[in-house]
Amino acid sequence: MQDLYREHILDHYENPRHHGVIEHADISHEESNPLCGDRIRIDVKLGSAGDRVYIADAAFTGDGCIISQAATSMLLEDVVGKPVDEIDQIEPQRVLDLVGVPLTAARVKCALLGLKVLKTGIKLWTLRHP
Amino acid sequence: MTNDERWAVAAGRAGAFNAKGAPLDVRRIRADFPILAQSVNGKRVVFLDSAASSQKPIQVLQAMDEVYRCAYANVHRGVYAFSEAATARYDEARAKVARFIGAPSAEQIVFTRNATEALNLLAYSYGRHFLRPGDEILITELEHHANFVPWQVLAQERGLTLKFIPITPEGQLDLQRLDERLTPRTKLVSFAHVSNVLGTITDPRPIIQRAHAIGAKVIVDGSQSAPHMPVNVGAMDCDFLVFSGHKMLGPTGIGVLYGKRELLEAMPPFLTGGDMISAVGFDGPRWNEVPLKFEAGTPAFVEAIGLGAAVDYLDALGMEAVRAHEREITAYALERISEVPGAKIVGPTDPEIRGGVVTFTLDRVHPHDLASLLDRDGVAIRAGHHCAQPLHIRLGLSATARASFYVYNELHEVDALIEAIYKAKAALKR
Repeated sequence: MQDLYREHILDHYENPRHHGVIEHADISHEESNPLCGDRIRIDVKLGSAGDRVYIADAAFTGDGCIISQAATSMLLEDVVGKPVDEIDQIEPQRVLDLVGVPLTAARVKCALLGLKVLKTGIKLWTLRHP
Repeated sequence: MTNDERWAVAAGRAGAFNAKGAPLDVRRIRADFPILAQSVNGKRVVFLDSAASSQKPIQVLQAMDEVYRCAYANVHRGVYAFSEAATARYDEARAKVARFIGAPSAEQIVFTRNATEALNLLAYSYGRHFLRPGDEILITELEHHANFVPWQVLAQERGLTLKFIPITPEGQLDLQRLDERLTPRTKLVSFAHVSNVLGTITDPRPIIQRAHAIGAKVIVDGSQSAPHMPVNVGAMDCDFLVFSGHKMLGPTGIGVLYGKRELLEAMPPFLTGGDMISAVGFDGPRWNEVPLKFEAGTPAFVEAIGLGAAVDYLDALGMEAVRAHEREITAYALERISEVPGAKIVGPTDPEIRGGVVTFTLDRVHPHDLASLLDRDGVAIRAGHHCAQPLHIRLGLSATARASFYVYNELHEVDALIEAIYKAKAALKR
């Protein structure tokens, strides 16, 4: 029964990376999973290098199960420094690989909530900054 | 054996074993539920989510199977033997459901897809026809979304005001506040007989009497009561009662709307098409009689026949005995869960006013994680907001864990639940 809650997942839940709120963030987006009530908000501070815009910093707050919170912590660790135009191409499998344990269909939704929030937040920003 | 004899055997099998009113013989009941012998993750399943949907006894499966094998044809259409046999069984199922809830006649039973559809039928047909801008609908803070969203939509669309009976800190309806919520503009009151989250059993009579006194009509959501305790629409004097078949040993896709005859007759149809008309000319249709007016298209008659068999099964057990069994197991679960360090019961802790639903939170363990870990031990519970988000907002909780019981659950399954909770706590180092 331990496989779902391996040490590294519990560690990300207990000591989430990039946790908190970024003042004057360029992007702030929040969504919840209507089935279980998990909620995640992600703030992003953008930076630019040449003509590319990248994620200079990101932080999340939220409320939910270990899987949703730990997966978001892992995701933000993974994306900081990446160009924003690459975020939409992140495959869900990338997050599932970071989580690294087999998840049932219902729990896959938990794991992917953070990615959904990040992608939607960046999409909305892109629409405003064509 | 002729088909009719086979049918009689299938129908008569229910309840051959339980003297009416005797305590439930759970061991024998369990033998009727093949699914309960299944293993999950190598453990015998401990199914504690009947409030979401119950398991089905072989009597229900056989009754449906029998129709498909022996007497299947569309109802209300053919003049040949199969169609007449299927129609007779469909009508018989309607009569069984009417008797089960003490309805004066079978014509007052409208088959719907489930309680949700029955409530939507009422919102569309009764609500859109009889309610006027400025009218008020009174529901409660503890309603399931099925008894919440149709009224929100109707209120927005028609300029109605939606009001709520609040809950007390113990999780009961605060009936002290009922009179201030009922106004001369209140036209419709709708509430859950038993809460699917708090388990709270509400005595419907005082609410119905006070609503009737000011001329409002009353809908009782019996989704969590009709499967679990005696429910009598005559004694309650409600105007409408709704419930789902799949929560009471019946199949999915079949639900019930009971209504007072004069109201059902005055209401316009909900869906239109075949079966619900008495005549269609180029100048327009004339509606069929109640209840067929509300059953457009080929109905789920095999499922209705399955529900009839479920009603036979429950009747044979006796609904008083069903309630007594669930009260015992609920009392035990309330006691055992509250002993777990960090566990907190949500809703009334008195089993006398609590149906077979025990909802709780566990300190520093999200209900979803708990449910996943319990599943590893074959224990099936529900986690989330149980389609009652407004109630969770009122309670200040984003999610809760819920164990719910039915006729086939045993006390030792509560022990299995408790043991699995301790294992989950250990796995999460809580």
